[in-house]
Amino acid sequence: MSAKPDTRLTLFLLLAPAVLWLGLLIVLPHVEILILSFSERVAPRVYVFGFGNYLEFFTEPLYWRTFARTAIMSILVTVLTLVLAFPIALYIARVAQGRLRAMLLLLCLLPFWVSELVRTLGWMMLLRETGVISYVLQATGLTGQRIEFLYNDGAVILGLVYGGLLFMIVPLANALESLEPAVVEAGFDLGGSRWTVLRRIVVPHAMPGIVAGSIIVFMLTVGNFATPVLLGGKNGLWFTEQIYAQFITRFNWPQGAAFGMLLLLLSSAIVWAGLRLTGQSLGTTLKQA
Amino acid sequence: MAQSTDLDLVSVVKRFGAHAAVNDVSFSVAPGEFFSILGPSGCGKTTLMRMIAGFENPTSGDIRIRDKSMIGVPANKRPVNMVFQSLALFPMMSVGENVAYGLTCRGVSRAEAEERANRMLERVGLKGFGERHVTALSGGQRQRVAIARCLVLEPTLVLLDEPLGALDLKLREHMKIELKQLQATFNTTFAYITHDQSEALVMSDRIAVMNQGGFEQVGSPRELYHHPATPFVASFVGETNRWQGDVAAASNGAISVRLPSGAVIQGRDHGQSQVVGKTALAFVRPEAIALAQETSALSGLPNRFEGRVSAVLFDGANSSLLIDTVGFDEPVRAVLPQAGQLAGIQVGEAIHMGWSADAVKVFSA
Repeated sequence: MSAKPDTRLTLFLLLAPAVLWLGLLIVLPHVEILILSFSERVAPRVYVFGFGNYLEFFTEPLYWRTFARTAIMSILVTVLTLVLAFPIALYIARVAQGRLRAMLLLLCLLPFWVSELVRTLGWMMLLRETGVISYVLQATGLTGQRIEFLYNDGAVILGLVYGGLLFMIVPLANALESLEPAVVEAGFDLGGSRWTVLRRIVVPHAMPGIVAGSIIVFMLTVGNFATPVLLGGKNGLWFTEQIYAQFITRFNWPQGAAFGMLLLLLSSAIVWAGLRLTGQSLGTTLKQA
Repeated sequence: MAQSTDLDLVSVVKRFGAHAAVNDVSFSVAPGEFFSILGPSGCGKTTLMRMIAGFENPTSGDIRIRDKSMIGVPANKRPVNMVFQSLALFPMMSVGENVAYGLTCRGVSRAEAEERANRMLERVGLKGFGERHVTALSGGQRQRVAIARCLVLEPTLVLLDEPLGALDLKLREHMKIELKQLQATFNTTFAYITHDQSEALVMSDRIAVMNQGGFEQVGSPRELYHHPATPFVASFVGETNRWQGDVAAASNGAISVRLPSGAVIQGRDHGQSQVVGKTALAFVRPEAIALAQETSALSGLPNRFEGRVSAVLFDGANSSLLIDTVGFDEPVRAVLPQAGQLAGIQVGEAIHMGWSADAVKVFSA
């Protein structure tokens, strides 16, 4: 490499903002959190190096149960989002044309013009005991008394799936759009049923999009805070709540840092497993997203 | 009972809104025949083929395969398989899986499908390619996979939608011969659509020339070339000189056409009677024009003209001359034999040309 000094300087200046951003806001805090997670408090204001914070996670059932619950619910939310998003993406990518396609994508985007908090509060207005759905059911005589739809797993899943849909639809629609119509027709022409064509041609073609969308939705879901707290209430039991509690309520930063690292490990491990299971590489998947 | 036809189209019409893409087309294809539909882009040939494959439904008319109406039968239930213009191989499958796909759709067991696919690959000269990825194949090999994928299903009819369009010239010439040989070996009925007249002429047993949604003429390549039924066929199939003029005289099959410049061409009418004074089109093939340095060498020919070479279009055996000729608006095109004395002729030289009355096809415009 014998780049001229001035081109090197240009390259350096161009990369500087990104490097600073990554270094100061992502790498440095994580290193700090990693170090923090290994410090144990032995006396007020006295900390020593140790694995106590991680041991605490495994010895206290509430913590690892919340952890497992978050992982399983997130996988469930991802799968549900995928199942719901697939037909929508298929319609947007293969049936809708021109303006209609743009309109549909805009329609998917529309809810994201308001903040997540406001969207979640909107769901609360619909679902709570004195909310719209309960009222309508009562008014039409379908039920004798008010029903509480909030503060259960169903409400949490509903909210999370709603928040994840767009992030699944966009990479899916991108992947499906690149499927040549003649390939689908050839699938039918050679005797394939709709199901065969979907299973052997459309889904394998969309695989990079499916994996990309699933990773994004899974990451967003695992790390979500507002939706499980607001829609799940005390029954939400999301792992991010535990981290929040350690940092803010209990002022136990080392414990919170350890939980944060565990969450990072968990999501990385599940994404890795997902990639291995579907035989996709991270490279092709990122291209799709 | 002997099968008389594999495919019958009866008055098929396809409208998109007010536009008739296919307008009242009827034809039959005999078993084992190589039938081509030749026409310019936008003439409706692709729509016609998609109706036979089952991707479009005719507005009216009937499509029958071995005497069974295909109206309402979906594409995946028809004994017809298609080789797509883009080939449309399945990129997510290996070569072997591509060929076995149709068999597994029919419920053939995986092992048997694989074995039959391998045997088919062997027959098309792709032995041992089963495990390869389709993107790792050359253009000609992909072509063969696309055909093998259809033939393995032993369809009544194989439809080919300009499958040679994407290949380079050398390979296209090679594939023309190969396709014809494959068709002969498997003795399957082929319906081939193309806008390339050379592909159609070389490969087909019969050709239908299509224009603006309708058939202009159906016949063997020789018939179309030597006895075109319409001016469109005369100008679309093969190279030709085309002149417009008025009928000057017509009697006993002999006909003369006067060009606007006053030059008169002696021709013969071909079944169509012409009325004196009416506008007419005269066609002469470049290879029907005899060239000579002396006018005496052409004394037996009724049409004799003199001109000056304006361009030499050298193309080996297909070389021709453009000759600026008094009385003609555009240069006359004539084949230049590379074996003759005139092979070395240069631009600007004077030349004599002549052709028989039989070589002139006259149509009323």
